[in-house]
Amino acid sequence: MKRFILTLALAAGLPLAANTAQAAAFNQVQTDKSAITFTYQQMGVKMDGKFRKFAAKLSFDPAKPTEASTTIDVDLTSVDTGAPEGDQEVAGKPWFNTKAFPTAQFVSTGVKAVGGNRYDVTGKLTIKGKTQDIVVPATFTPQGNSGVFDGSFTIRRGDFAIGEGAWAKFDIVANDIQIKFRITAASGK
Amino acid sequence: MTDRYTGTAKTLHWLMAILLFGLLALGFYMHDLPLSPEKLKLYSWHKWAGVTAFLLVLVRLAWRVTHLPPALPASMPRIMQLAAHAGHFALYALMIAIPLSGWLMSSAKGFQTVWFGVLPIPDLLDKNKELGDLLAIVHKGLNLLFVAVLAGHIGAALKHHFIDRDDILTRMLPKH
Repeated sequence: MKRFILTLALAAGLPLAANTAQAAAFNQVQTDKSAITFTYQQMGVKMDGKFRKFAAKLSFDPAKPTEASTTIDVDLTSVDTGAPEGDQEVAGKPWFNTKAFPTAQFVSTGVKAVGGNRYDVTGKLTIKGKTQDIVVPATFTPQGNSGVFDGSFTIRRGDFAIGEGAWAKFDIVANDIQIKFRITAASGK
Repeated sequence: MTDRYTGTAKTLHWLMAILLFGLLALGFYMHDLPLSPEKLKLYSWHKWAGVTAFLLVLVRLAWRVTHLPPALPASMPRIMQLAAHAGHFALYALMIAIPLSGWLMSSAKGFQTVWFGVLPIPDLLDKNKELGDLLAIVHKGLNLLFVAVLAGHIGAALKHHFIDRDDILTRMLPKH
């Protein structure tokens, strides 16, 4: 009987507890207020582009940052290089090969608070079937009922075989690609 | 009035002749190439050479207004003299308008010009696809016009040399 009451109490209490936990965590990603862009050098010229479509799952409680996690899937076919000719080119086999690898994915494995509103997010980045461990510095800025995560990191396209064959040398398109992101998430109800 | 061009004027004339023929040939060759590292390289070279030509034409204009060229032969009919001046005016106008249109086109298309990959030239326009496409047509049209005026320029020089047998062509040569 005692056990039964305990179960009852737990059953009644759990949803409440779960709600409180959710209320504090930012986990409703607002795609329309989020962006993933990139910049790179082309014969000394700074170029930029963006990905129009991506899906992000995220859970972040400022009180418990180490428990935060995120998964971001970027639709590589949605790339915007600024020129239709470029979009077509990077979808092709030497670049993203979107027929075989339509998505790039980042899965976080850990979050470390590094002071102020800054966090280091470690995780695995997979592009074109190749996975690399990366550390992404991000800041978190609360904005009313939602929060904004901003950050940028640099990858080497050579690590992911992005740009093979004639493009493999870095004299025209540089190796370093800087990726910038802004993810806005509302706190769950 | 002097009857000869200065060495500087001749040097600038022939330097620009070589540069502009190279730019024209490169421009007509590269514009419909499929995208490749080669194409991006040629575009960069074309833009670097274009900026160089633009600066050279400014130097040349400054020299032109401070050092009057020799007069046209008095034997030339008035109407032909007018045509010669109009032709030279058109050449200068196009030598300024063409690099400007290329510069604006690059800005509108979102490809900044960085001289020799080192010196960024400011973008005068924001990125705008429609405007970029329009400026591409303007750049091409001005160049076709330039080719036509150049043909007239070269044709006239040859006519002066072989038919009129005056010194119009030879006075632009080094040892005149």
